[in-house]
Amino acid sequence: MIETEPVSAVQDAGTNQVEVIAFCCNFCAYAAADLAGARRMQYPANVRIVHVPCTGKVEVQQILAAFERGIDGVLLAGCLEGGCHFVEGNLRAKRRVEAAKQVLDEIGLGRDRLRMVNLSASEAPTFVARIQEMVETVNALGPNPLRLPGYEERAR
Amino acid sequence: MIVASRKPIPELKEVLAKHDKVLFVGCGTCVTVCLAGGEREVGIMSYAMRMSRQLDGRPIEIEQVTIERQCENEFIQELALAAERNAAILSFGCGAGVQAIAERFPEKPVYAALDTQFLGILEEQAVWTEKCLGCGSCVLSDFGGICPITRCAKRLLNGPCGGSTEERCEIDPDRLCAWQLIYRRLKAIGQLDNLERIVPPKDWRTSWHAGARRVVRDEHRI
Repeated sequence: MIETEPVSAVQDAGTNQVEVIAFCCNFCAYAAADLAGARRMQYPANVRIVHVPCTGKVEVQQILAAFERGIDGVLLAGCLEGGCHFVEGNLRAKRRVEAAKQVLDEIGLGRDRLRMVNLSASEAPTFVARIQEMVETVNALGPNPLRLPGYEERAR
Repeated sequence: MIVASRKPIPELKEVLAKHDKVLFVGCGTCVTVCLAGGEREVGIMSYAMRMSRQLDGRPIEIEQVTIERQCENEFIQELALAAERNAAILSFGCGAGVQAIAERFPEKPVYAALDTQFLGILEEQAVWTEKCLGCGSCVLSDFGGICPITRCAKRLLNGPCGGSTEERCEIDPDRLCAWQLIYRRLKAIGQLDNLERIVPPKDWRTSWHAGARRVVRDEHRI
């Protein structure tokens, strides 16, 4: 398993801003983010994009690892259903996200901190809108209660 | 293959409530294949348990090891040092694995992370079905390789009960009637005459009803 190291996000843990990790598929959301950048579209700065070859590459463990290290929200942005470059990677991701949501519910962190969205490479405005919605949701939920002083160090 | 499912996190949390340093042991055989207790599931549960305990203000330290098979002493041996370092062990093996580990470490509390369910096969991706009850006296040869003891809800040995509808079992409509399957199979292999024989009541003494069974093969003993 590839270990994700949300270093920049953790470093910002002292600030009041929530931190969201967005796992973006190379073939859609990452390209959409790129396009949004080229078009100078603004989206919240407290989102850290992790470039993945496919959302199907993201494991439940990586999602949980992010939460354990104090990240406030995790977004998986994959291709439209039926449009996955690897045929079914995004459908697998959808099921894994549901499994991770169940774990988050069971431990009391709540399923709403995790979300999967689907979009295509040309949808820069959709990408921006989904990011904004996610940040709004996480803002409403407040910071991850696991983000205690010194906790990030222990989590490593 | 032995099929198991993980217990709910709150239940496991209660079981581990007394301990702050626990060894999570996965098993690399059956429960890895049925996606319940392999390296990945142990990892997921470790994250979940650590976060859950952290949220309660009682952090827990977890060490993870996955061994090839929990039901053999040779492999359990690899756990010796890790077991020494931890206050308790949470086994992600089947019931046999948990007990084997408990026997091996008599001074250490050993808990079960899974509910062991049955002997079965992978029907389709991530779907397992029960195929064998381990009754100790196999009747598969008489019934075309389909077990009426395991797959008929009433364990009938002499034909269908009459309650099945459209090839479905009356106990569970999602299940095919075992006797329908047996009939079709025997017809296909030209052994329908097997069904003309009245099968006497099954001798259940070979099953588990008299307690745990034991197999000894003298020719292989040292």
